[in-house]
Amino acid sequence: MSEQQPAGERPTAAPSPQQPESPYPRTFVARLSARYRVGGVVTPIFTTIVAFLAGGIVVGATGHNPLSTYRAIFNGTGLNWFFPWVLGGDRATAATNLQQTLILTTTLILTGLAVAFAFRCGLFNIGGQGQYFVGSYVAIFVGSSWAGLAGPAHIFLAVTFAALAGAAYGGIAGFLKATTGAHEVISTIMLNWIAIWVGNYFFGLAGPFQGPDQFNPISSTVADSAKLPVFWGDPQLQGLHVGIFIALGMLVVFWIVLNRTTLGYEVKAVGFNPDAAEYGGISVKKNYFLAMAISGGFAGLAGAMDILGWEFNISTPQILFSNIGFIGIAVALLGRNTAIGTLFGALLFGALYVGTSTRQLDASVFDPQLASNLTLIIQGLVVLFVGADLLIIGFWEKIQKGAKAVARKAPA
Amino acid sequence: MSTVELKARLTDWPVARAKEVAIAGILVGVLAGWLSMPPATVRTAALPIVLGLVAALAGAYGIVGGERRLGWGAIAAALAGTALGLLFQHSSVGHLEAAFAWGTLLAATLRYATPLTFGALGGIFSERSGVVNIGLEGMMLAGAFFGIWGADKTGNWILGVLIAMLAGGAFALVHAFFSIHLRADQIVSGTAINFLSLGLTGYLFIQVYGSNGTPSLSTGSWVTGESVPDVTISNSGNFFAQVFGQLNLMIWIGIGLVILTYLFLFRTSFGLRLRACGEHPRAADTVGIDVYKMRYSAVVMSGVLAAMGGAYLTVGFTHSFNQNLTAGRGFIALAAVIFGKWRPFGAFAAALLFGFSTALAYTIPPAYSDAASSVLRSSSLFQALPYVLTLIAVAGVIGRSIPPAADGRPYKRQ
Repeated sequence: MSEQQPAGERPTAAPSPQQPESPYPRTFVARLSARYRVGGVVTPIFTTIVAFLAGGIVVGATGHNPLSTYRAIFNGTGLNWFFPWVLGGDRATAATNLQQTLILTTTLILTGLAVAFAFRCGLFNIGGQGQYFVGSYVAIFVGSSWAGLAGPAHIFLAVTFAALAGAAYGGIAGFLKATTGAHEVISTIMLNWIAIWVGNYFFGLAGPFQGPDQFNPISSTVADSAKLPVFWGDPQLQGLHVGIFIALGMLVVFWIVLNRTTLGYEVKAVGFNPDAAEYGGISVKKNYFLAMAISGGFAGLAGAMDILGWEFNISTPQILFSNIGFIGIAVALLGRNTAIGTLFGALLFGALYVGTSTRQLDASVFDPQLASNLTLIIQGLVVLFVGADLLIIGFWEKIQKGAKAVARKAPA
Repeated sequence: MSTVELKARLTDWPVARAKEVAIAGILVGVLAGWLSMPPATVRTAALPIVLGLVAALAGAYGIVGGERRLGWGAIAAALAGTALGLLFQHSSVGHLEAAFAWGTLLAATLRYATPLTFGALGGIFSERSGVVNIGLEGMMLAGAFFGIWGADKTGNWILGVLIAMLAGGAFALVHAFFSIHLRADQIVSGTAINFLSLGLTGYLFIQVYGSNGTPSLSTGSWVTGESVPDVTISNSGNFFAQVFGQLNLMIWIGIGLVILTYLFLFRTSFGLRLRACGEHPRAADTVGIDVYKMRYSAVVMSGVLAAMGGAYLTVGFTHSFNQNLTAGRGFIALAAVIFGKWRPFGAFAAALLFGFSTALAYTIPPAYSDAASSVLRSSSLFQALPYVLTLIAVAGVIGRSIPPAADGRPYKRQ
């Protein structure tokens, strides 16, 4: 595909590289569109700030100090590692904390992409959670039962099959949408719960894939040969695994597929206007299926990263309480369904969840149980405001149209 | 006899009776399965097979006569009935009687179905007016927490349920404002409501009750006046007394609301206007209906109803609260809306079916604790059943579910 953006490109999508013609936009319209592009960055930041402020109000209203709370959460995320003045024992703690943040960021990038890719095709993939689970189950199966394979081959097979399983599971919703018109939101919600209960059956007491421990509903543990290598920190203490490079690589893949391939062009065209795309000779059905399958592949990959990177097994309570896939919705929405936005969204929510976890947060400052719920409140507010954000875009569009009309009347 | 006459004989007669025959086929199909269950527990394989064949023939007859949906229904019932009948015969009578004690099983079905019924009625209000409500789960959770909080603080269950309804309505109002006035994506807004409610109820629960949890009946910190009372009709041990003799008041309210919702939506002009907003808001606006007002009231009503379902869970059923107590019941309620084709009685039937599968999930594993099959020893696959059925329903394999035409589309006044 050429540089040319399809007409349907959402105005706030991927910040395209600026042409360095002149340091200042020449016309009023160009100035506006520059601000407009900035709006793609400013509005999510604004949204986040408002959500944090509202969260702070909740904290303050219930008799806690918001400032010290946020400070403790920040220190729990390990992001203070980047401050050069944090030294000695603090620095070591910050490093382990940051490793946890980045482990979660890895997963959230992928579940975020799972939502974002479908979104670009005009589909709302609520099924990231189910696709993530299916990927996890397959990663556990391949990782624990095909022992004896050489390390890289074992990892490769486990990761690939997990991604394929996720793709197949996501593809079900795409297939149903394409053939029967079943709304993907409904079918993916149903598929989520089916994955959850089937997993409960698989790994639960007396289940067919329950691990060697008869009395606990936990799966078998992944063989050492299938574990992703840890490159930062202590492997025994959940150091950072190489999966983060896979996730970062997928961000690049996501960008290339959407912006530099025919498939991406078609997906975006369908996302903008399925009728026009069909008229232009693009098979809408095929793209619905492919978009959901690719989305599912990202989510399945996320499951493999968690299982092979640091969890190594899965228990039924874990299946019931995980909401990784749902956080992916917030990540993608905040990131405006772009690659770079998803990266920052994943980093924000990864940090927030780790910073408020029982392990990380200083309980003497703020009860971690309260803090994890605070995270959910902030997440909810972010998603809510992102929804309202569409209104701001509409407002901008109106201004731009008006400006264009003015510019047409008085050519520069 | 002329060919015309022959044709008339061949075509006219089945048309006249096709419907009745197909319905009879469905019943025979059900019978094929049911006779192998308690109390009859027939043990001959021939019976379900013969009955299944009869039902399938009746179905084929119905299809020939033009009753396609009923005919296929009879064939499906024949297949399912025969398969289940043969399956039940593999199981010992003792096992079956432990799992299918009909009286208590049906009472449990009603208990599990009630929160779904409230939620589904809420979903119908909202979606019939044209606003998709994914946030049912969050609104139900809000009702669950604020119900028990209100009942605990005021010492009165009526006030508890009212506070729950207010809380659910408040969450619904947020959803309504974002999806109607701001024309935000209704799915996004509903998802946000779910996160918000999960976070807010969890936060307040820890803040107010901490690690001690909500007051409980066993420690005496929860008095009976704070629970929704049971309605005792009969304590005798017969079948009807077992099912209906001692049900919670909220269950009866739920059943009453199903009827009221039906009358309201399909027998009043206000209901007609509400449905018009969900089918063709522009046309509704043209004839002078205030679409925004209609949608606002429908969405708030849906939050109030979902919250009643949540309040039943805590104040009427478990007498305690925990984080994420609803655990997906709001989503099953949404499934019931779709499975019931956006109709009150259909949704109620779906809620009963889903409640039945939940009740089975609780009775089968203990009854079959010595079984060889892990499917029977684990309850999980029965829990998955509502979702599988709904997936089949939206895929249109058995009678497609079609939503109101303008469901999910924001409306902009001109």
